[in-house]
Amino acid sequence: MFIHACLGEFFLSPNRCAFSKLSLVMTVSLFIPCFVDLMYPHVGISMVRIFERLGHKVVVPKTPACCGQPAFNTGYWDESRAIGVPMLEALKDSDAVVIASGSCGAMMSVFYPQLFAGTPHEAAAKSVAAKCHEFSSFLVNKLGVTDLGAKFPHKVTFHDGCHGLRELNNKRPPRELLANVKGLELVEMGAAETCCGFGGTFSAKFPAISTAMGDVKCASALETKADYIISCDSSCLMQIQGLADKQKKEIKTIHLAEVLAQ
Amino acid sequence: MSEREIIFARIREGLSIKAHAHYGDGLPTTEEHRGVMPPVGASIEEQLALFAKNASDLKATFKLVKDASELTAELRALRDTEKWQRVATHKSPLAQTHSAALGLATLVADDGYDKHDMEQCDVGISECDALIAQTGTVLVTSRSAGGRALSCLPPHHIVIARREQLVADLPSAFALVKRTYGVSYPSMISFITGPSRTGDIERILVLGAHGPKKLTIFCL
Amino acid sequence: MSAPATHFNEDARRVAPDTRHRGIIQTAMGKYEVVRDQRKLWFQDWQGARNLAARTKFESVNHLDKHLAEFTRNIEARGTKVHWASNAEQARNIILGILSDKQAKVIVKSKAMTSEEIHLNDAMEHAGYEVVESDLGEYIVQLRKEPPYHLVFPAMHLTRGEIKDLFQEKLNDAPSDDPEALTMVARRALRKKYLQADVGITGANFAIAETGMISITENEGNARLTAAVPKTMITLVGIEKILPRLEDLALFLPMLAVMGTGQALTCYNTMYGGPRQLGEADGPEEYHVVLLDNHRTTLLADAEQRDALGCIRCGACLNVCPIFRNVGGHTYGTVYGGPIGSVITPHLRGLQQWKHLSYASSLCGACTETCPVKIDLHHHLLQNRRNASALPTGKPSFFQKLAFKFFAPIANKPALWSLTTKLSRIGMKLRGLVNGSVVDPVQAWTKTRDLPPIAKQSFREWWKEHGK
Repeated sequence: MFIHACLGEFFLSPNRCAFSKLSLVMTVSLFIPCFVDLMYPHVGISMVRIFERLGHKVVVPKTPACCGQPAFNTGYWDESRAIGVPMLEALKDSDAVVIASGSCGAMMSVFYPQLFAGTPHEAAAKSVAAKCHEFSSFLVNKLGVTDLGAKFPHKVTFHDGCHGLRELNNKRPPRELLANVKGLELVEMGAAETCCGFGGTFSAKFPAISTAMGDVKCASALETKADYIISCDSSCLMQIQGLADKQKKEIKTIHLAEVLAQ
Repeated sequence: MSEREIIFARIREGLSIKAHAHYGDGLPTTEEHRGVMPPVGASIEEQLALFAKNASDLKATFKLVKDASELTAELRALRDTEKWQRVATHKSPLAQTHSAALGLATLVADDGYDKHDMEQCDVGISECDALIAQTGTVLVTSRSAGGRALSCLPPHHIVIARREQLVADLPSAFALVKRTYGVSYPSMISFITGPSRTGDIERILVLGAHGPKKLTIFCL
Repeated sequence: MSAPATHFNEDARRVAPDTRHRGIIQTAMGKYEVVRDQRKLWFQDWQGARNLAARTKFESVNHLDKHLAEFTRNIEARGTKVHWASNAEQARNIILGILSDKQAKVIVKSKAMTSEEIHLNDAMEHAGYEVVESDLGEYIVQLRKEPPYHLVFPAMHLTRGEIKDLFQEKLNDAPSDDPEALTMVARRALRKKYLQADVGITGANFAIAETGMISITENEGNARLTAAVPKTMITLVGIEKILPRLEDLALFLPMLAVMGTGQALTCYNTMYGGPRQLGEADGPEEYHVVLLDNHRTTLLADAEQRDALGCIRCGACLNVCPIFRNVGGHTYGTVYGGPIGSVITPHLRGLQQWKHLSYASSLCGACTETCPVKIDLHHHLLQNRRNASALPTGKPSFFQKLAFKFFAPIANKPALWSLTTKLSRIGMKLRGLVNGSVVDPVQAWTKTRDLPPIAKQSFREWWKEHGK
């Protein structure tokens, strides 16, 4: 980690640099989960842009493409560890690991210690877990940044992904970030904290229930008359957008990082 | 081995593996209970006011009365409005005297009674052990309130309480029960909080499901 | 797939899209949420209260032998007959034995989920007794010959119109569909039964060790009457309902009321410690308490999930569970539904047969967040899944495990992942041709949802070009 005055601040437009005159330039190790990599690369690209604008160095360590959560959630902890072990290895020298999803963030920072408890990797898991942060939480709680000088003149509502909300206590950081986005009007939906019904393999194993849950979510979002639903979880947005599109409902979903990069 | 011993053996075996106490150890103290529950004012006035407010919210009637004659007048007024014909009560100084003053056919629970007769009574008049300000609750027992049925079978339950019986909160009420009965508990101790109710149909509140539809508390 | 799992899937598929059902439940739950949230504010420190409750239940459950022994000693001292039932059959036989002994004809019951658990009503009716449920909701579902829909609100799924029709058909007494009028119909019918009944059977919310009493929480007064009028009283209670001290009720009675119905206290919270005592005006001449194990000791032996025995059956986890709200109480097909039911049923009735309930969850955690005694509900569902994966399994699980085995090297090796990325682009295009049809490999998704395309350039591919 390089500690020096953020001189770069003086060469950037006043809108762009955020918080304090003296800031730590960090090396941010970005972990882009499998579905973000394949289907929502702009979420990752937005994150890279945001950290670079803040003057930090972004690296993408050669980690597995997946955090191992699907196997873990299905009860196959051996198979999950088969992915987790190389993940721990790849991240062992990272200073700060930023994860582009609330659910993967929870997997790595909350569940890795449980997954590896009683194994030779227990200490490594605890060490890596302590360095893992979900994207919005990292910005607000670690970097102390809430204003990225972004502009997004739309009426929006926010969906709290369950892992981020309940495993990571991540209710406020996304809202603090959105509060400083120019032109953005945030209207909370009644069912903001209600599960969208994705739940990983749950969405395919119990499609009728998953769909019903997603319908409830969509209905609540539509009531706000917002143009966009924002979340920190692309998987949730995939569920919500998928339902909305199939039913030809007029609502767009967008990841928080994409909004903040505008 | 008796079934009891078999079950205990299973319990002991199961408990031989220790569980982790995630939220700390040890039973909470009364201070800790009070620290999380709603606070109650220390003065009688505050507690009376709180009890009155709670009773009102619960749709119970609560009336302070100056003395015995005011109480008699109130009871007679109710008798006439509600057209009582039969009263149930128990052998306690206040309850029995005031029931007698109504001049109606009276069933005294302690004398033994036929359950069909009790069911026909329009009102059950009893004393109580305490009034709990925190929750608007009347505390009765099978020893102090004429048994079990008197306070729940007739459609109108009238409680004659005394100001000294007011306690602040639930911890105080339980402490009172232990102090009063610690050597030999009654077979029933009941915390009555408002008239009977149900929400079983569309979660809509209906009073008088099975227990009394009306609860009136007079406080001397 | 086990038979219960098959039934669950069928029922879920049928009920989840039923928007009429969804509307009824949403409305009922909405009302509950408003009062519950107001009541939580009545506490000075609701989260602190949850901690105290969790600590109390930890002590209760982890010293269960000591507290059960104390409870028994104290309640027996007042002339109560305590019986021990290792399983449902023993419990039924004990109770049938008492009924036969007393030459009973009419039995009146107040709410007891344990009696549902052991199928007591069926057994009593088979033996020729007339059994009447006195709780209004239970009375309604008894008339409909269906199980209770919810721990606290057995008839939550019915509208007033449906109840009116039911009363008209079964009782010939349904003046209108007004909830008050309907309640009065039940009141009239039940009053006759309280007077007729030879035996009253109750459940219990708590069993107090220190003073040897059981505690019953209710609003209607039906349990008060069940315990007051008949000459014989029986209480069926799970061994885990123990609380160490009388004063613990000062915390638990309000917490149960807040979470159960949004009240500060329910109308009647009553402690019973014996039959009619010397000098009392009335009360049952005989009092029996039947203590039920029925695999509670199995759950006790699982130290990881033992806290689930602290459940006070408030129903709060059911109320917040999006799965419960969408599939309804009957879909679970077992007496305890919702999150707590999904956690404990594998222990009570077998993991192989009942593991599917632990999978039918998105692990959202709303249950854990709400539980007044801080049971780690959604993590226990995960643990059940982990335990289930170690069972000898059938074909579907075998292939699933294999899939996860194959996925690891694909995820771990950049070259394989890169190849998979490219292949999946082609695969998705091909799949698009059969989108939503039976041969679509992701039909479970695409039947009701669109699928986004695989991006033309994945993040990793972009990073290779643009990264440092």
